[in-house]
Amino acid sequence: MTAAVTFAGVSRHYGPVRAVDCVDLTIEEGEFFAMLGPSGSGKTTSLRLIAGFEQPTAGHIRIFGENVDRVPPYRRNVNTVFQNYALFPHLNVADNVAFGLRVKGVSRKDRAVAAQRALDMVELGDFGARRAGQLSGGQRQRVALARALVNEPRVLLLDEPLGALDLKLREQMQDELRGLQRMLGITFVFVTHDQEEALSMADRVAVFAEGRVRQVGTPQEIYNRPATRFVADFVGSSNVISADFAGVGPAGAWASLRPENITLAEGGRPAVVTSRAFLGRATRLGLDCGGHALTALIPAGQAAPEPGAQIAVSWAPEAVHVMGPDA
Amino acid sequence: MTPLAIFPGRGGVLGRASDWIWRNPGRFVLLMALPISLWLGIVYVGSLLALLVQSFFSIDEFSGMIVREFTFKTYGELLRPVNLDIIARTVLMAAAVTVAAAVLAFPIAFYAARYARGRWKALFYIGVMLPLWSSYLVKIYAWKLILAKEGILTWLFAKLHLTWALDAVLATPVIGGNSLSVSYIGTFLVFLYVWLPFMIIPLQAALERVPKDLLEAAADLGAAPRQTFRMVLLPLALPGVIAGSIFTFSLTLGDYIIPQIIGSSRLFIGQAVYAHQGTAGNIPLAAAFTVVPILIMGVYLWVAKRKGAFDAL
Repeated sequence: MTAAVTFAGVSRHYGPVRAVDCVDLTIEEGEFFAMLGPSGSGKTTSLRLIAGFEQPTAGHIRIFGENVDRVPPYRRNVNTVFQNYALFPHLNVADNVAFGLRVKGVSRKDRAVAAQRALDMVELGDFGARRAGQLSGGQRQRVALARALVNEPRVLLLDEPLGALDLKLREQMQDELRGLQRMLGITFVFVTHDQEEALSMADRVAVFAEGRVRQVGTPQEIYNRPATRFVADFVGSSNVISADFAGVGPAGAWASLRPENITLAEGGRPAVVTSRAFLGRATRLGLDCGGHALTALIPAGQAAPEPGAQIAVSWAPEAVHVMGPDA
Repeated sequence: MTPLAIFPGRGGVLGRASDWIWRNPGRFVLLMALPISLWLGIVYVGSLLALLVQSFFSIDEFSGMIVREFTFKTYGELLRPVNLDIIARTVLMAAAVTVAAAVLAFPIAFYAARYARGRWKALFYIGVMLPLWSSYLVKIYAWKLILAKEGILTWLFAKLHLTWALDAVLATPVIGGNSLSVSYIGTFLVFLYVWLPFMIIPLQAALERVPKDLLEAAADLGAAPRQTFRMVLLPLALPGVIAGSIFTFSLTLGDYIIPQIIGSSRLFIGQAVYAHQGTAGNIPLAAAFTVVPILIMGVYLWVAKRKGAFDAL
C-alpha cells in the first residue's frame, strides 16, 4: 500500500518562530488521520503545507509518492474544507459546489449534474439556488464538504471543520464525516484541538506540540500508552505522576494514570478531597494524596464524597503507564 | 461598607439628555439625520431640479433673453451634430480614462490591500494622496511642461534615441498632433494622472474586504491565478471598481480646465457648459448640457446593477 502523504524532516519556520519543526509523518491511503494539538502547535500549518498554501523551509512532502516541493495548490489533487468554510459570497450554493469543475473546463451541464449529486450526498439537494449567506453554520459546513468532494480529491483536508458548530450538531457531523469517509474511501486528514473528537473519529492520531509530532498511533495507543507527559496531559487530562509514587517503575521516570482508573477503596492510600465538580455522566474529584495532586473520575450513580472528606483511593498497577522523557 | 446604589445617579442636563437618547433611539437618529436631509434635499437635489427646469426653457435668439416657457427647443439644439460631437468626444475620453485608471489602479490597490503593512501602508496612502494636496492648476501646468514640444518627455525620448517612436505615436490620426500637449493623448494622460487616486482608494478598500481564505479556496479548487482573478477577485472587488469608475468617469465628464490647457482645443462638455452659461449667456443650453452626464451616469449605474455588480456588497 502506498502512503497518501509523507513528511520527511519537514520544517516551516517564520524567522525565529518554528511553526513546524522537523516533522516526519506517514499518512496511509484511505485512512482517517487526525492531527491533534493545542493552538499554535503546528497542526494547521502542517495541513496548509499539504494543501500547498505554505512551502516547507526544509524537508520534503510527498503526496502519493510524488514530491510536491514548489507545486502550487491549484496543481495538487487535494482539497480543503476550511475552518470558516470560505464559501464564495457572490455565487449560489450550486455554483460554489461546481467551482472546481468550472475551472477545469467541465461543461455547464455536466457540472450541474455533478454538483447536484454532491449536494444530495450531504443532504442539501434542494439548496442549490440559495446564497451562502442564507444558510446556517451546519449547512455551510456541508456545502464546503460537497464543494471539496465534487472534485474527487485523493486526499481531503479538513481544518477544524466542526469548530463553529454547537455540540449536538457536532456529534451528528462527526458520525456523518466518518460515514462519508468509509463510503468514499478517500484519505481524510483532519485537524482538531478537541481530543475527544480526534479519538472518536480517527483511525490514527498525531499529537502535535510546539511544531513537533509527539506521538503517532491509534486512539487506543495514544490514550492508554501516552509517549510523553505532554501527550498524557493533553489527551484525556491524565494524572502525570512520578513512577515510584505510582508504585511501578524506576524513580525519576514519569507515569500516566487515567482519572477513571482511580477508585475509592477501603484500605487504599489516604487522600483528601480538595474539589468536586459534577460533569453529568461522572463526578470529577480533586485529590491531595500525600502531597501529590490527583484527579479522579467517579462514575455517576456512585456516591461522591464532599470536599474536605478524608478518603482512601487505589489503582491497579497495570493502569499505570510509564512514559519516556519529553523530546 | 455601604452597598453601591442600584441606580447610581448622574444628574444634570447631560445625564438626562443621554437617558432620553437611550430611551428614544428612533427619534435620536431622526434628529441626527435632519441636517443632512435638509442639505441633500434642498440645497443639493433642489438646485439639481432647478437646473433640470432651466433646461426646458429656451433663449430668445433676437433679444438673448430667457423665455420661461416649457419647450424641448433647447434639447433640439443640444442634439445638433456639433453638440453631439462634443458629447461623444467627452464620453469616449471619460470611458478611456476610466478603463485605463482601473487597469493601472488594480495592481497598486492589490499590493496595498494584500501585502503592504505598517510603514509601507502609510507610504502607500501618502503616495496616493500627496498629489491631491497640491493645486490642481499647478499640476496641470507642470504636465504642460512635461508634454510640450520642447518638454521633458521629448527630451527623454531623444536621449533614449526613441524620437521615432514618439513621432509615430503623434502621427496617429485624430488622437495624435503636433506635440503631446496639444493632442488627445496629452489630455488623456493628464486626466488619468489627476483622477487615478479616486480609482485606487475605493478599489483598495474593496480588495481589503475580500477574505484571503476565498483566494486560497479558489486555488485549492484548482483555479490558476488568472482564473482566481476572473472568477473570484474581480467579481468581489467589482463594487470598488464601480465606485472608482463613478469618480473617474463623472469627473472627466464634467471637467473644463484640463482640456482647455492641454489638448487639441476642441470642446468637451464642461467647456461647452462654461461657454454657454458665461459669454454666450445661454443658460438653458448650459443646463441641457449638464443633464447629459447625469443621464449617462444614471444609465451606467442602472446597467451595473442589472449586471449584478453590487451583489457582493
